[in-house]
Amino acid sequence: MSESVQTRVIRALADLEQVAQIGRQRLYPQCIKLKVGLGTCGIAAGAVRLREALETEVRKRGLDAEVSATTCIGFCQREPLVDVQVPGRSRVLYGDMTPDSVGDLLDAIERGEVLSEHAIARADADDELVSGTQYQLATEVTEEDVPSFAGCPFYASQLRVATRNCGVIDSDSIEEYVGRGGYRALYTALTECAPEQIIQIITDSGLRGRGGGGFPTGRKWASCRSARGDTKYVVCNADEGDPGAYMDRSVLEGDPHGVLEGLMIGGYAIGTGEAFIYVREEYPLARRKLTRAIRQAEQYGLIGEDIFGTGFDFHVKIARGGGAFVCGESTALMASIEGHVGEPRAKHIHTVESGLWDKPTTLNNVETWANVPVIIGRGADWFASIGSEGSKGTKVFSLVGKVKNTGLVEVPMGITLREIIYDIGGGIPGDKEFKAVQTGGPSGGCIPADHLDLEVDFDRLSEVGSMMGSGGMIVMDEDSCMVDVARYFLNFLREESCGKCTPCREGNQRMFEILDKICRGEAREEDLELLEDIADVVKTTSLCALGKSAPNPVLSTIRYFRDEYEAHIRDKRCPAGVCKALVTYSIDPEACICCGRCAADCPVECISGKKGKPPAKATDKDREEGKAGEPFRIHAEACIKCGSCYEVCPVGAVQRT
Amino acid sequence: MPAVEPDVAIARADEVAEAYGSERSSLIHVLQDIQEEFDYLPRDSLRQVSERLSVPLAEVLRVATFYSAFSLEPRGEHLITVCTGTACHVKGAGRILDAIRRELRLADGRETTDDVKFTVRSVRCMGCCALAPVINIDGEPYGRLTVGRVREILSDYE
Repeated sequence: MSESVQTRVIRALADLEQVAQIGRQRLYPQCIKLKVGLGTCGIAAGAVRLREALETEVRKRGLDAEVSATTCIGFCQREPLVDVQVPGRSRVLYGDMTPDSVGDLLDAIERGEVLSEHAIARADADDELVSGTQYQLATEVTEEDVPSFAGCPFYASQLRVATRNCGVIDSDSIEEYVGRGGYRALYTALTECAPEQIIQIITDSGLRGRGGGGFPTGRKWASCRSARGDTKYVVCNADEGDPGAYMDRSVLEGDPHGVLEGLMIGGYAIGTGEAFIYVREEYPLARRKLTRAIRQAEQYGLIGEDIFGTGFDFHVKIARGGGAFVCGESTALMASIEGHVGEPRAKHIHTVESGLWDKPTTLNNVETWANVPVIIGRGADWFASIGSEGSKGTKVFSLVGKVKNTGLVEVPMGITLREIIYDIGGGIPGDKEFKAVQTGGPSGGCIPADHLDLEVDFDRLSEVGSMMGSGGMIVMDEDSCMVDVARYFLNFLREESCGKCTPCREGNQRMFEILDKICRGEAREEDLELLEDIADVVKTTSLCALGKSAPNPVLSTIRYFRDEYEAHIRDKRCPAGVCKALVTYSIDPEACICCGRCAADCPVECISGKKGKPPAKATDKDREEGKAGEPFRIHAEACIKCGSCYEVCPVGAVQRT
Repeated sequence: MPAVEPDVAIARADEVAEAYGSERSSLIHVLQDIQEEFDYLPRDSLRQVSERLSVPLAEVLRVATFYSAFSLEPRGEHLITVCTGTACHVKGAGRILDAIRRELRLADGRETTDDVKFTVRSVRCMGCCALAPVINIDGEPYGRLTVGRVREILSDYE
């Protein structure tokens, strides 16, 4: 681990520049640098073993190279990722790396070549977004066979603002962060701007909260600044609870200082040096990274007393979540920081006036805070020039589910769903039909193919009955049942409802029961009407946003996929073949190639047959020698309808009807 | 892990409460630290926390049962968490969870195996959506799972 050796307090710009020098030397050393993506997703894909293999092989060959860590650069589908930087040459990102491919990679590097089958994209220069400058890596294009990031479909239309450092720096090194222009915006803010000016810049930039609501950030800050009271708080909401969204985890793991710097600028603007970061329980790596980042910033005097000699003090504490979705709601989150159960309260009085411990409090989420240093660095006009009419800047989406290129993508607001899913995401795997994209988590909805040309921003998504939420984008194909998806979200919401208000506590439970009945094929026509009635009541009478938006998954699926509901109710049929009670599995004996994978994977051993050559292809000799197979067969009475056989069959011989 | 002896449970609660200055607002942190130590919240610890922080035991229990990170029962030697986030759901998390429960012969409604070797929990989302379906065993994440792969992984822990 690279522990800071230099712990001299940074007071002046020259001190910051000195640290930046150290950072740049680490980022761009005079030797080969192999950066392994060690975010949570990389680790899950086997990156730890990959790093070990790289280290061993580099040592064995006596190569002048350093193996270092970074986090996720977004292309999770191709994890584990390795970024290779040879002095004077273009930087190349490699994907699908395994310990077995390490030898080939190093061979290629030693020969001055590229390992083309793993190469994803190359960079000839690194953008330093905060200052708007570039660090030139190669004097001439050296790896022209590899597409540039701008020419690689996955990255071409992306603009990485909040995720500018993710997968680029070693997030354990504050020096590398400073080396890419970090803490410069804080310096500018503290030494050159009055707090009101900062608020004006944020207001003019058009930044809206990235956590779900999309409230104008500048207006929030201004209200908090003018609220009465000496003690105030700034809070970073890192309780990223929406299932299917992980941009906040990625930003915290990959660029914790970016969030801290934003939070400090916000604190200064509002007039407080007291901050909390509420990190969810399920993100242990993010918490470790953040804890370390705070300690490093303290050692350099960037957090603490009299920062940059300006008299501004700043202290930050990490509060750890307890695994409750409702704590993503601002008032519930504040109750949780105070040590209570996370129950929201009515917001007749806004939290900017009376929040944490009844003091004026500004709460924004991770991605919002991460945008702040760039806005201060580049100016409001630059930020406002990106995005759509009502939604400025970029948004990070987690593009997951049934899409070829899964990952975290950051795109200008206003880009269409089609561009995200088909150009960046590469479309749907296995020639399947696109059915819907779910956005906004449990508060959002499912958007059908008719709306693929929708320009994605806060307002457009609301218009079609969904919402931006924190940016989850779960793609669903013909194998996804929309009633099952609604049931899934209502199951989630009934369990996560805090129980304080009746409409949410009881309404979600009842909606779940009806959906469950539909999925079991036991519902009647009237149930659909009842479902819509309850949805209406829950929506209008719940206390907080969790309840108010809980009916969205139900209403949006009824709106766009009523025929699927009707098929379940009238024909007792699940068109997607998901609802267990309504499907049966069988194997087409003609199509079966007798490979036996279905039987090997069947958890209840209800598939029998004989491995071997398929009967149609077997010769008499094969039969004599016992090499002929027998088509596999599912014994329906023992089948638990888990679908494993359907998933593993290489020729699609398993049918569900 | 077996149940913790009462005096150990009380002593730890004292230490942790002390470290946080016995402040009311530290209740969740105190419980988290105790949970981290014992992997569950022993009843004796909760009583002691109630006393030290001057919070009624009912309120301590309310907090301890509200947040899903806390367990009031001892957990197995290995903790398996199965992600049931949306991306994992559409990619078959239910199947993975069923397979694990079946492999470990967990009866309906039970989280921990009879030999207290494994505890199986589902979580909302681990934020590893691109590698769905995902599970985590003792802090180690595993992605892109199939039912067959689950069996292989589990056999490493048997």
